[in-house]
Amino acid sequence: MKSSVIIFPGSNCDRDMDVALKKFGFKNQMIWHNDKTIPKSDLIVLPGGFSYGDYLRCGSIASKSKIIKSVIDFANSGGLVLGICNGFQILTETGLLPGILQQNMYLNFICKNVFIKIKDKKNKYFKNIKKDILELHIAHNEGNYFCSEQELKSLEDNSQIAITYCDSKGLENDDNNPNGAIKNIAGIFNKSKNILGMMPHPERMIDKYLSGEDGSLFFENLLENLR
Amino acid sequence: MKVTEEVAIDHGLKKEEFSKICDLLKRIPNITELAIFSAMWNEHCSYKSSRKHLKKLHTKGKQVIQGPGENAGIIDIGDDDAIVFKIESHNHPSFIEPYQGAATGVGGIMRDIFTMGARPIANLNSIHFGSPQHKKTKNLLRGVVKGIGGYGNCIGVPTIAGQTSFDESYNGNILVNAMTLGLVNKNKIFYSKAAGLNKPVIYVGSKTGRDGIHGASMASTTFDEKIEEKKPTVQVGDPFTEKLLLEACLELMADNSIIAIQDMGAAGLTSSSVEMASKGNLGIELNLSEVPCREMNMSPYEIMLSESQERMLIVLENGKENFAKKIFDKWNLDFAVIGKTTNSKKIELFHDNNKVAEIPIDLLAENAPVYNRKWKKTKLPQKLKFNKNNFKSLSLSDCLKKILSNPNIAEKKWIWDQYDHTVMADTIQKPGGDAGVVRVHGTSKAVAASVDSSASYCNSHPLTGGKQVVCESWRNLISVGAKPIAITNCLNFGNPEKEKNMGEFVECIDGISEASEYLDFPVVSGNVSFYNETKDKGIKPTPTIGGVGLIKDYKKIISMNFKKIDNLIVVIGKTEGHIDQSIFARDILNEKKGPPPEINLFNEKNNGETILKLIRNDLVKSVHDISLGGIITAISKMAIIGNKGFKLNKPQDLINKFEYYFGEDQGRYIVEIEPNNMPKVKNILKDSSIHYDEIGIVIPKEIIIDKEAILHIDDLVRSNKNWLKSYMEE
Repeated sequence: MKSSVIIFPGSNCDRDMDVALKKFGFKNQMIWHNDKTIPKSDLIVLPGGFSYGDYLRCGSIASKSKIIKSVIDFANSGGLVLGICNGFQILTETGLLPGILQQNMYLNFICKNVFIKIKDKKNKYFKNIKKDILELHIAHNEGNYFCSEQELKSLEDNSQIAITYCDSKGLENDDNNPNGAIKNIAGIFNKSKNILGMMPHPERMIDKYLSGEDGSLFFENLLENLR
Repeated sequence: MKVTEEVAIDHGLKKEEFSKICDLLKRIPNITELAIFSAMWNEHCSYKSSRKHLKKLHTKGKQVIQGPGENAGIIDIGDDDAIVFKIESHNHPSFIEPYQGAATGVGGIMRDIFTMGARPIANLNSIHFGSPQHKKTKNLLRGVVKGIGGYGNCIGVPTIAGQTSFDESYNGNILVNAMTLGLVNKNKIFYSKAAGLNKPVIYVGSKTGRDGIHGASMASTTFDEKIEEKKPTVQVGDPFTEKLLLEACLELMADNSIIAIQDMGAAGLTSSSVEMASKGNLGIELNLSEVPCREMNMSPYEIMLSESQERMLIVLENGKENFAKKIFDKWNLDFAVIGKTTNSKKIELFHDNNKVAEIPIDLLAENAPVYNRKWKKTKLPQKLKFNKNNFKSLSLSDCLKKILSNPNIAEKKWIWDQYDHTVMADTIQKPGGDAGVVRVHGTSKAVAASVDSSASYCNSHPLTGGKQVVCESWRNLISVGAKPIAITNCLNFGNPEKEKNMGEFVECIDGISEASEYLDFPVVSGNVSFYNETKDKGIKPTPTIGGVGLIKDYKKIISMNFKKIDNLIVVIGKTEGHIDQSIFARDILNEKKGPPPEINLFNEKNNGETILKLIRNDLVKSVHDISLGGIITAISKMAIIGNKGFKLNKPQDLINKFEYYFGEDQGRYIVEIEPNNMPKVKNILKDSSIHYDEIGIVIPKEIIIDKEAILHIDDLVRSNKNWLKSYMEE
């Protein structure tokens, strides 16, 4: 399987994503933001970081970058696009995903392990994944997902909510919501579920000496589903 | 502007220094030249009060590739890998403007590291604030933490460990010390020594603005009530530009086109150009009209003194200009050829086709003043005689809870949650351990790092305190399973013109030197921050030690949390029950006098090396060094993180139980051992003649001492975890 990770100036999880994808068997290539085309890929990843310094709004300048038209075309033709953290912010800024990511409720950057509940498994990302609750890691200042009531209803009606923050047993409430996201949303799909934006970083959880190993489950499963 | 003695004094120079300048130049300098002298001759850049004593530091070692005198120190960790590291202060700016002060402190130290060709792989910090009750403390803490996070998080370098303390001596002068470690191939290190004639001098990075002018001289004086007026001397950071600069520099460094490179830190273009020329024994000619400026009509004076961030000066091989420019264009950074190296041994500046300054380099560097300042020895205070009858009214459980929630012991999660400590996906010991640990990417090795300081010990007896901090750093590295290799020091002191402060500095250095030599733990880099003083009140002497160690196989890393019920808890090292200067004495008995605990370097080394042996033989399940708060505080922390209880036996009759549990004798560790391994452990300890106490066992949830259940683990967790969060949110 071939994957492409886009590097924007200010991306800082691009290498970590490259390492993770390769570890689980993807043939990954790094694509520079000023390129216009993306080589044939089964998966495009928009990595975490601070693209263009997060100036104006997180992800907004990246959403107007040269490469982004190819990403949008790829997504609209059904290709898999995964946005992690800043990548999720870029996806909402391009309009590929609804809603916005506001500053965290307590106005602080948060870096810690969280539990997330998988809300939908009828998609390429989570189909056949063994667990319902994963322990992942977040590190962001603007992860507070928000959308209009209409958008939320549409997300719920179409099972577009991918993952939510919860506790180790799956309970979703304010105590387990690290950033104030509406409905504890940690990640969402587009309607056809080929695009996933999520705040947690699975690429930082790929061996037992790191914060945990549930990121491995995510990548192994994704690769299997793409075969 | 006419240069007079008053103008020189306004620039922070002393009367005698100004006449020395006139004598050396054989004329009165113009204003730009005066500015250059003031920038190079201030305490911050010239080390004029400290230089004489810094020479005494122990700086040699088998693994040392580069000691003090470069942008950072470098150690060999095998297989052509080397670690570049340094700690630096940003105290004065952080007090004036906490967010930008702290942020640019982090930015500055990272530039020192990647200037040498290394990719930064870990950040640490040691931050010290006034009393929690002081009206400024909370905002300063919030601003500093946000600044450190704001910069480091954006660059994408994990902040893996730190130290936070509160003491009223920092009410008017907080300390912000930032440390960075970088990884470099030992055959691809870059230095700041210029070489060759007529080589192009290149300016890269951000444009030069009017921010930070006089920053270095501001950091070389004490504060008064007009401190707010100094805000414009604080630099403004842009971590995004630094990230681009980092990537661009590393890309250029992959080629062999750089002769020398130096970041523009304190005193900006002045010190970077002078240092490069001075080290290469060359001259340098700069055309200031070519310097990319952010604002219109900047004068040579402003351009030379600006401390705008994220800038570098490079001496390039001839003919490589276009190649280099392409890289900086790709990263959207300014690139300008602003001068060349010469054989004049002078710095010559041109602006609008006029020569605006001409100074022989040696007047700025070698001829800078060196002071042999008067200093006073601190006598070892007499040991206090505590009336044990007074202890009878104390409750062990109340004392323990109070100590665990003491601001200097309480958990600092509120802080480290705001630092990205996992980016780069190699952090294997996060903040909250004895030392932070990151893997050397793609290898089986890992590097451990810790920052430590003990201002109360140093204040009571600087010589002992200096030794103690080095030992504590050594112990913290040992406690994660790392072999300690070398240290960097950030020497934060008051006004060196006062004999008492100068004495503290001299004796702390003596202590640091003695311990680091004995432990083969050399100093490879560092920085001095004097004048941490407001309205005549100085800080406690606070040398901060950043230690770095190596774990050859990262799978052998060890952590402090208790692992398993029924495992044995053993104290390694002898407990005498020294409570003078302990948290117990200060917080419970309200007694601030007395000497710090003694340092026995033989025991320190022997105990530490034996702990490493136990770890390498897989004989211990967890390790934690005993520091502030003594045995019971150390055990409590292991229990809190492991979420387990413990049962302790009655201590030997010879020692009062409060002295035994809370005493801060040095060179000790707590280890957790599986019962079936105990015979082997005993043999090793006996072979090394090490004193140990089998003090108790790990149990599920309760805290039982001498058969009496005094607390539940949840009580300890609450005491330790709640203080900082509720303080910041109240």
